[in-house]
Amino acid sequence: MSITIYVPGDSGALALGADKVAKAVASEAEARGLDIRVVRNGSRGLYWLEPMVEVETGEGRLAYGPVKARDVAGLFEAGFCDGPTDHALSLGDPEEIAFLKRQTRLTFARCGIVDPLSLADYRAHGGFRGLEKALSMSPAEIVAEVTESGLRGRGGAGFPTGVKWKTVLETEADQKYIVCNGDEGDSGTFADRMILEGDPFVLIEGMIISGLAVGATKGYIYMRSEYPHAIDMTEKAIEIARAADILGPSVLMSGHSFDLEVRVGAGAYVCGEETALLESLEGKRGVVRAKPPLPAHKGLFGKPTVINNLISLASVPVILDKGGAFYKDFGLGRSRGTIPIQIAGNVKYGGLFEDGFGLTLGQIVEDIGGGTASGRPVKAVQVGGPLGAYFPPELFDTEFDYEAFTARGGLIGHAGIVVFDDTVDMLDQARFAFEFCAIESCGKCTPCRIGAVRGVELADRLKAGVDPENQIEIIRDLCDTMHLGSLCALGGFTPYPVLSALNHFPDDFRREPRREAAE
Amino acid sequence: MPATADDIMIDKVRAIVDAHRDLEGPLLPILHAVQAEYGFVPREVQPAIADALNISRAEIHGVVSFYHDFRDAPAGRHIVRVCRSEACQSMGGEAVAERLLARLGLDWHQTSADGAVTVEPVYCLGLCACSPAATVDGDVYGRLDDETIAEIVEEVRL
Repeated sequence: MSITIYVPGDSGALALGADKVAKAVASEAEARGLDIRVVRNGSRGLYWLEPMVEVETGEGRLAYGPVKARDVAGLFEAGFCDGPTDHALSLGDPEEIAFLKRQTRLTFARCGIVDPLSLADYRAHGGFRGLEKALSMSPAEIVAEVTESGLRGRGGAGFPTGVKWKTVLETEADQKYIVCNGDEGDSGTFADRMILEGDPFVLIEGMIISGLAVGATKGYIYMRSEYPHAIDMTEKAIEIARAADILGPSVLMSGHSFDLEVRVGAGAYVCGEETALLESLEGKRGVVRAKPPLPAHKGLFGKPTVINNLISLASVPVILDKGGAFYKDFGLGRSRGTIPIQIAGNVKYGGLFEDGFGLTLGQIVEDIGGGTASGRPVKAVQVGGPLGAYFPPELFDTEFDYEAFTARGGLIGHAGIVVFDDTVDMLDQARFAFEFCAIESCGKCTPCRIGAVRGVELADRLKAGVDPENQIEIIRDLCDTMHLGSLCALGGFTPYPVLSALNHFPDDFRREPRREAAE
Repeated sequence: MPATADDIMIDKVRAIVDAHRDLEGPLLPILHAVQAEYGFVPREVQPAIADALNISRAEIHGVVSFYHDFRDAPAGRHIVRVCRSEACQSMGGEAVAERLLARLGLDWHQTSADGAVTVEPVYCLGLCACSPAATVDGDVYGRLDDETIAEIVEEVRL
């Protein structure tokens, strides 16, 4: 019988040499005359251990990592195909690794475990149970189940998914659309990418259920051009689902029609904003639309449209399978269910950690993330991408919850966390926030288009030590204008990183005047 | 009259447009396909796309110029994209990028004189737990250090 060896095909693992490892595994097995099957699974999200190789043995799956191509011969030599070994890279049963064991994996239940493009694997691990249940329910019942779960938008806005669906369901039209916002542009986030590369069928299932719920027959997955591997996997998964009559004119022989198409953006961060995304899908400049009308009433091509974050849609199958009440049981306050937290940047144990809402920021950074990778003290943690606030260690008691972060002048966004050690200059980070906004502004509204440019100039003057108190006053005033006057979150939330840096790290903003060269 | 190089290019672009005509909102897929064919979106073909989709040339120009991905001139044979976002900054990405640029003798957005390589900034590759990160012609590199930089420089000089 052949031995199954898993070598992740996830981009993060590829960036650390997984393809070379897979090649080495295949050639080493051939040289030894061993009958093996290499599966390119997704990542389990333990990136400090990637590439993490797993072997199916008589005693279950056993992991080794981080494996380099040059380690492969030694693994075979140690007999890693036969059972537990005392090889230096041995991690034992991956499920027992503390980082993984502590998690509650609902959305990411299969990611890193299954062959991402195997429907048999998907079904064997609970796939399509949610869809099968949904096919026996009325649209209103599906919407009620999602509403009951308390699921809120995982892109960051936190709008209740059930309410959005209900609006689209109740809007009459000859055509409705489901749009998946997979434009994961926030630095520190990679959850969407991991799902697309590690368990793409869960998104397809979630989107079909959404289509059944609101009466839509067509869905679009809008993805970033920066994610070529994820695009490739998603397109393959759609083909496979179509060939198996999971997508197409009669979903699982139910008579309900639903089909999907991948659309690729072209390097514009602002297209992660839902109305800019719809413009882009229509083939236009990714310029933000004024609301109302809401996309639920007039969305893609003017038709009622469900536009949800990828993680929201990928969480729907488990909600339908196990029930809204089950999902709602996790979390706290008005933040129900689980959230895939992405721990990134200067951190010892970087990766994806899915758990119920409610962990404190300190638990995430110190206990789970293990502090900085550099070993230096943590100075700041940016939560929620380039539009999220910087938190100092003094605020590490903040609970991971939509409302708790809002109360402290921040946001959870797409749940990415970037850790910085004490070498970071917070004025530089504030300047970058303005600079990024200037690069990515769609240009429609003045506070964002002009304000971001003025912000960079102010930061430069501060850096030169020119009249700091005056510049700081102008920055505060500018942030006020941008926050209240911008059309969307790009201009509106750029003040979060800027003001949090300024408020929590005031010393970084007050420089000694730069000496003149003539002096 | 023999067909000019422009005529041939325009015929090819018309075929690309035809292949995408049945899509809803076909412009971005068409522009991606044109860029995949030529490495950029030539100005000469934009009127043909406008005609075929019954939209104005200004609209095409507006879309091409809006998105960072679409080029109006060919890039080098290799394209190196280095992430400049926060997660990569936190791991010394800016300093690593400076060293890479110095070794290539280029600044951001520049192409080497021999046409071998173009270096561009990118804002997040989703490799934030293995930063700093970069791509070379789509191949991903994580935890950039001097060794990986040397590897990249070697690769793009071919």
